[in-house]
Amino acid sequence: MSALRNACSIAGIGQTDYLVDSGRDPLLLALEAIGSAVDDAGLRPSDIDGIVTSSIDASGSEQFIASNLGLSNVSYTSEVTGLGGAACATVAHAAMAVASGMANHVVCFRAFTPFDFMQGAKHNQSTLWAKASGVGEFLRPFGWSAMIDTFAMGCRRHMHEYGTTSAQLGAIAVAARKHAAMNPRAIRRDPITIDDHQNSAFVTQPLRELDCLISANDGACAMIVTTTERAKDLKRPPARIMAAAQSLGSHPGLLWELSPFKPTITESEAAHIAPRLYRMAGLGPQDIDVAQLYDCYTYTQLLLLEDYGFCEKGEGGSFAEDGRIEIGGELPVNTHGGHLGEAYIHGFTHILEGVKQLRGTSTAQVQGAETTLVASAVPGPTSALILGKQ
Amino acid sequence: MTDYARPLPKITSETMPFWEGCKSHELRIQRCASCARFRFPPQKMCRHCNSLEANWDSVSGEGTVYSFTVPSQPSPGELAARGFDYPFAVVLVELDGTGGVRIASNIVECSIEDIEIGMPVEVTFERVTDEVVLPKFRPA
Repeated sequence: MSALRNACSIAGIGQTDYLVDSGRDPLLLALEAIGSAVDDAGLRPSDIDGIVTSSIDASGSEQFIASNLGLSNVSYTSEVTGLGGAACATVAHAAMAVASGMANHVVCFRAFTPFDFMQGAKHNQSTLWAKASGVGEFLRPFGWSAMIDTFAMGCRRHMHEYGTTSAQLGAIAVAARKHAAMNPRAIRRDPITIDDHQNSAFVTQPLRELDCLISANDGACAMIVTTTERAKDLKRPPARIMAAAQSLGSHPGLLWELSPFKPTITESEAAHIAPRLYRMAGLGPQDIDVAQLYDCYTYTQLLLLEDYGFCEKGEGGSFAEDGRIEIGGELPVNTHGGHLGEAYIHGFTHILEGVKQLRGTSTAQVQGAETTLVASAVPGPTSALILGKQ
Repeated sequence: MTDYARPLPKITSETMPFWEGCKSHELRIQRCASCARFRFPPQKMCRHCNSLEANWDSVSGEGTVYSFTVPSQPSPGELAARGFDYPFAVVLVELDGTGGVRIASNIVECSIEDIEIGMPVEVTFERVTDEVVLPKFRPA
């Protein structure tokens, strides 16, 4: 049995409001979310002795975080690379630091502002986002220029191989909005129908506007990881980290934008880490009560449904239909509304929602939820967690 | 040709043979000198045998459409201004005789509605500036 299984827990969570292009400062957002998480756990900022973040752009250096919080005893820091795939990995790195004794209370955070990410990428080719896509020479001259293009390329192939339809993607969008409508924090709270989805304009075919994330919001999320033993003495019920897994990707999709150049493009790296994840937890997909699956696009979530074994390969489209992934269904997914409905903080919102489900405080609460699987972005680098109720 | 408004490749010494090939109307793909496997995009080392020796071999330029997209409006997160008129098609072509190597391109001499996965295509070359010739594909 892995030494990491159940050794650590998420003891506190914090988040800011999510606003659309409000012009807020990313460091202030990070400090607010971290402050909330520390308070939620019943700790003081000075208890924090580890900081882990994920990188796509300069969302806020850990040195600025420590300096502003007045931390003088930070004994562990880490910046996990891997774009949206890194969110769950920050918790994994924090848990390893705590389990090994390198640190006692590690904060994981991400602050997102669209200028630094989207606009910054457009105008500044030195951002990590642009660097990570450093194969543009063979893409940009042909108009392959946007994040959505890579997902659309994979999605078209998935439709060809498995008969997946746009309306099935619509079922994923509908479920996200249904959950977002129940969540006062969510940005897109108007419910939609499959017809609304089918009538929405194409962005990059075969993906439509209603297949897409909220890309222009800002906000921040943070969580505190400590040992499960210490967490039991803190303010909130701990969410046990039953399993964590990470993958840097598979060639040549290590550079995520090249994932359509992989031998099999309709299978993501999640398929490689799923067996490790379930083995560490001692669980299988049938044991998961509620799932929080990265959804920058509806298609991303469809891939994760398949690759984490909630259905057979190629059946993600039909699995998503008929309310199966909605609250009250067989496997409620993204009960906060996800990146499609609530806000886009690169997978961190999904971790927070997983913790809320285990605490019983979700706005779309799954009754009796004891386990949740949280999955970060694919394709390319990815990571995942299985969390359990204390 | 000086008013060409679309993104141009940022050619490096490592990728120069590809673009020089295009100027000669040859589609050249990098190939490991040790295990003979083709690879794309260019990479310093062969991921199969870790050899650093590689050649650039001409391929037929025939292949099939593996997948395609149709960008239809500007999108958040674009890395560079596209300079294309919407809608347009981007194709991912699997090249014959390369062991499954795919390259991205555009399709020409074919309307968007007629593009299908699996359709046979062949390379054609489009001179866009004095220095750059792009490989494009048309129905075979």
